[in-house]
Amino acid sequence: MTILEFSLIVGAGSLVAGFLGALTGLGGGVVLVPMLTLLLGVDIRYAIGASLVSVIATSSGAAAAYVKEGISNIRVGMFLEVATTLGALAGATLATHISSSKISIVFGLVLIVSAFLSWRPQTKNDRNAAPDSLATKLRLNGSYPEGDGVRSYNVQRVPLGWTLMFGAGTLSGLLGIGSGAMKVLAMDQAMKIPFKVSTTTSNFMIGVTAAASAGIYLSRGYIDPGLSMPVMLGVLAGSLLGTKVLVKAHPKWLRRVFSIVIVALGAEMLYKGISGRI
Amino acid sequence: MANHQSWTDRRMESLIGNLLRAGVFFSAFIVVLGAAIYLIRHGRSPADYSVFRSEPSNLRHVGAIFREALALRGRGIIQLGLLFLIATPVARVAFSIFGFAEEKDRMYVIVASIVLIILAYSLIGSIWPV
Repeated sequence: MTILEFSLIVGAGSLVAGFLGALTGLGGGVVLVPMLTLLLGVDIRYAIGASLVSVIATSSGAAAAYVKEGISNIRVGMFLEVATTLGALAGATLATHISSSKISIVFGLVLIVSAFLSWRPQTKNDRNAAPDSLATKLRLNGSYPEGDGVRSYNVQRVPLGWTLMFGAGTLSGLLGIGSGAMKVLAMDQAMKIPFKVSTTTSNFMIGVTAAASAGIYLSRGYIDPGLSMPVMLGVLAGSLLGTKVLVKAHPKWLRRVFSIVIVALGAEMLYKGISGRI
Repeated sequence: MANHQSWTDRRMESLIGNLLRAGVFFSAFIVVLGAAIYLIRHGRSPADYSVFRSEPSNLRHVGAIFREALALRGRGIIQLGLLFLIATPVARVAFSIFGFAEEKDRMYVIVASIVLIILAYSLIGSIWPV
């Protein structure tokens, strides 16, 4: 395959991944690495480097659109970014020390788990939870516009959320994904932050988290311009298209189909990793 | 006070949102430029990413990447675009420090500074080659 053909194929695949990722809210990064490694035979380290770059592009590119909704919580985001960036440093360092097959096994497991998480129904968080003293001290409680009024919320279980965020950062740095599913889980389930606020704040945090590991990947030579170019441009175009088509509602059936694809890719990554063929 | 704060929060967020968007489009533009040169010169060579060999050091360090790009090498220009892209979230954090300072929120000036220091630490390996 020539470089031109390869770039066009990777670009087209990344476009589809970015489009579906934005449309379903699951992110494009999760299918990129399996696509590059399983279908195109790219070494997983190059694939992770390229995916990480595209994660920054989607997060920053979509930020302006989310800001208009005015519901992300910048203090929660900034406070938790301390955890995710530290985790990202740990994850990226870990990635340079463990074998490709081990990375592939972890990747497979994360894909399967995140697909199952996406089937989880949205929970209605308790509106009347009492303010938590640590959250109050850190000024994390907030409010957001809903319907005609403003709904306020009290953030709970800060240490648990912070720890989960460290984990999300580590996975992001190790696998080159945004790990948005786990970030949302930490905010929405552990810290009882409303789902809408959690998803937009998570999108804000993804780019900063990815930047922390990108520095390490760059200096270790994992970021190849020839491969990252079609991946970044494709995912960016696809995700912008996706957010244009549907800003809010993520069609249920598409989400279901996409999550089945993710489980299949995860199983394949797991199998290849265990059998040592990656 | 609370109202004032949420208003400046909103203003800060929308400024930052636009900054990020501009950063992304600027870096995408540089990447496209580099891609054109790269594909015209090397488009017909075979592509092979099946074996990992770390990138050469002239594509791993900030100073060298700038030199490669100024020499109009396709891969160097693409890498420069990617470098700008990595810098956009860093700029966002730096920018929020000023935002929090304007709101006289000392606690969050410190929190944002910690995040910035962590980001700087991760980039240090590519700024000062060891």
